[in-house]
Amino acid sequence: MDRKVIFKGRALPMLLLLPQLAVTLVFFIWPAAMAVWQSLLQQDAFGLSTEFVGLDNFAEVVADPAWRGAAANTAVFASSVAVLALGVALFLAVQADKAIRGQRFYRTMLIWPYAVAPAISAVLWLFLFHPSIGLIGRALNAAGVMWDYQLNGNQAMLLVIIASAWKQVSYNFIFFLAGLQGIPKSVLEAAAIDGARPLRRFWTVVFPLLSPTTFFLLVVNLVYAFFDTFGVIHALTRGGPGKATETLIYKVYVDGVDNLNLGSSAAQSVLLMLFVIALTMVQFRFVERRVHY
Amino acid sequence: MEDAVLARRAMARQRRGRWLAHAALALGVLVFAFPIWITLVGSTHDAATIGRGDVPLLPGSHALENFATAWGEGGGRTHTTPAAGMLLNSAIMALLIAGGKIAISLLSAYAVVFFRFPLRMAAFWTIFITLMLPVEVRIIPTYQVIVNLDLFNSFTGLTLPLIASATATLLFRQFFLTIPDEYVEAAQIDGAGPLRFFRDILLPLSVTNIAALGVILFIYGWNQYLWPLLIINDRSMETIVVGLAKMIGSGDTQNEWNTIMATAVLAMAPPVLVVVVLQRWFIKGLTETEK
Amino acid sequence: MATLNLSAVTKSFGASTVLHGIDLNVADGEMIVIVGASGCGKSTLLRIVAGLETPTTGHVAIGGREVTRLEPADRDIAMVFQNYALYPHMTVAQNMAYGLRIRGTPKDEIARRVAETAGLLGIGPLLGRKPRELSGGQRQRVAMGRAIIREPKLFLFDEPLSNLDAKLRVQMRGEIRRLQQRLGVTSLYVTHDQVEAMTLGDRLVVMHQGRAAQVASPMEVWARPADTYVAGFIGSPAMNLLGGTLAEGGAAVQLKAGPLLRFPDGPRAGGDGRPVTVGVRPEHMLRDGEALVTVALDLVEPLGSETVLHGTLASGEVLTARLPGMVPAVGSAMPLAIPAEALHVFDAESGRRLDA
Repeated sequence: MDRKVIFKGRALPMLLLLPQLAVTLVFFIWPAAMAVWQSLLQQDAFGLSTEFVGLDNFAEVVADPAWRGAAANTAVFASSVAVLALGVALFLAVQADKAIRGQRFYRTMLIWPYAVAPAISAVLWLFLFHPSIGLIGRALNAAGVMWDYQLNGNQAMLLVIIASAWKQVSYNFIFFLAGLQGIPKSVLEAAAIDGARPLRRFWTVVFPLLSPTTFFLLVVNLVYAFFDTFGVIHALTRGGPGKATETLIYKVYVDGVDNLNLGSSAAQSVLLMLFVIALTMVQFRFVERRVHY
Repeated sequence: MEDAVLARRAMARQRRGRWLAHAALALGVLVFAFPIWITLVGSTHDAATIGRGDVPLLPGSHALENFATAWGEGGGRTHTTPAAGMLLNSAIMALLIAGGKIAISLLSAYAVVFFRFPLRMAAFWTIFITLMLPVEVRIIPTYQVIVNLDLFNSFTGLTLPLIASATATLLFRQFFLTIPDEYVEAAQIDGAGPLRFFRDILLPLSVTNIAALGVILFIYGWNQYLWPLLIINDRSMETIVVGLAKMIGSGDTQNEWNTIMATAVLAMAPPVLVVVVLQRWFIKGLTETEK
Repeated sequence: MATLNLSAVTKSFGASTVLHGIDLNVADGEMIVIVGASGCGKSTLLRIVAGLETPTTGHVAIGGREVTRLEPADRDIAMVFQNYALYPHMTVAQNMAYGLRIRGTPKDEIARRVAETAGLLGIGPLLGRKPRELSGGQRQRVAMGRAIIREPKLFLFDEPLSNLDAKLRVQMRGEIRRLQQRLGVTSLYVTHDQVEAMTLGDRLVVMHQGRAAQVASPMEVWARPADTYVAGFIGSPAMNLLGGTLAEGGAAVQLKAGPLLRFPDGPRAGGDGRPVTVGVRPEHMLRDGEALVTVALDLVEPLGSETVLHGTLASGEVLTARLPGMVPAVGSAMPLAIPAEALHVFDAESGRRLDA
């Protein structure tokens, strides 16, 4: 892990590290510490005095039905986005991995949504699903489905899930395709000779061999759904109608920025940090052991 | 089973497999392209057509005026900022973030890999744990730091906090570990100091990695949403992704949708072009940073 | 156990034709080795038999059953791959059992056959391990086990020994031959190594540029090569090929290098002046005899029990000789004799063998 041949000197490397460390300390470590500290404080309504309240903020947050609702929304939202984005991407990657004509064209056409910002992805889908100007929204209403994501919470949730998953499919597709291409052809041929038909081959050989990729992507997709989709929700539904699409991260924002409830917002932030740390730990443990074969 | 039947089945299965692949991929491409197509088409019609909900599937004749309006005046009833300025702001932000991340990550990876000094591993781990602290989970305190440093409404405030990069540092560290010892020894024998070695040997060798990472980071920077939303409230500094979302407002039917759609096209064109044109770098950057 | 029949099998990939009509009939229990340089089409032929490729034209029949268009699964064959192609996520036992499980073999019978096969190959203690925990030789055995356990009609081997070190290769070569003879399964074995080909095959198919240059027993291929390609490919060091023309009404050959040699087995057709290529194996060269040529030596390799000489003739042609014992390299030129009874005669143009 370390190089044998190195340069001498102590001042120079420390100087080189300075910019990165300064930014990290000032904008990452300090605010994170502040979040932890603020999560232990309570401010009065006028912001005149603060007192130390221990874990009260956490107890309050966890007991708060609004937070529980947001947690439930997040669970539904994140698992739907992950399953949808992973499933569609895996299916498309398997098709693209077959030696067929036009493979490069398909690949190019499938990867560029990665470049679209989550907030813009939301805008694009709004153009389609808007009840009065959207092509699909109007078609649904014409077909007798009462479609208005601005009024119906389930429809709003569906729309943010689609807009979020749509963008993430590209990313997953690239990794699944690379994973598939990393499986030796001869192993698949051996399975064919052993008598396994394509579908069986997929579930008994291809899918198990892809599992490291799948696991890695699952973590990445969950992190994406938890945090990066803020833009989708903010641009599309603002957490509404009601609180139907308010996720945990969106609530942190609303409570901190709009409601200025710093203690609660900080406690929620800390809970989310714990979640990210846990996910990262799991992932690194897994990467260390690399794979199960 | 009859062999002829088996043979026919084998062929049918092959044909079906190929057909399914093409059909699925074509459908996939369609689903992925459809929202973009509708937006492109929308940007070529007048506001009334879209407002009535009669968005046609083929382009109209108002492209020039829509894009001119979006570019020079902006659209939306509540919030009008010309796209030209917002594009420039987005470009500045994306380039500063990508360039900044690469620069400080190169330096810190170089220090960590090629030197031994006290607290080296502590510094490394400090950088490393930023992986676990995305902006979103420390919004309020980071915002307070910016306010205290008087960086609100500034490009410094917009980009500096996003410049620390554990991923980029890890990538460069990984790459530097593969540089053969002979290069370093040769440089030392030639009397080249560490800075010279960095400039003349290490940087040229890292060009591929820098390019690949640059593509990913440019897109990352361009697509920032939450941070600019918080840090910028001066409209002249608005980035296009945030500006576009603000134009939509609450999704009112009376919006100037044609101009908004033209703005949406302008907002996604740069990163999409980067991905399509620099596809090779993009894929390399993506698959290598995330390992 | 079954026969294998290939008739007029061709294969083209786009504009390039890899196989130009291969005919081959393999008897029940026979071991055929397909040998040739890389790119000769030998692997493609094997993959066509396996069902991994479909021939452009022609037919494949296993045990008299037409299988040309069938999938590998329906052919009842087993294959050992060059890189073994073991399933990395399965244990050795699971690797071997996979094909049986797919065919719905009862669990206790699978267990019995896995134990039996493992015993046969001496890999019993490895059954619980994953492929990455095995050495090259052990993987090779597992790959063999996976093929054997299914008791297929046909074994296919795709250069199975080329990833092993030299010593292990010799050992495994012997084991494969013993196993094949004991089980009596019809086998097709692809290799580029002529020693493997000579030692393993009941018959050889020497492939050259998509054609079967010769199909015959190893000794036949060595003693009566069908053309100059086979003559040069089989045997080490390679056969000397010298230019000449027929003389004395076809009863003799006038070598460019000087001497006139009379054929002891009778005249060749064509008459005087017909250009021919004459082959003589290095080990058949003699220190003295009737037809002497002078060799300007440029390399002498003493191997202990014998000496290999490389040199140039007056005609400019190169000549290699393998002589028993030590040959003192006195001076730079040395006379050597070409024995007429060891000659192979080929048409100079087509390269085909000319028999008496």
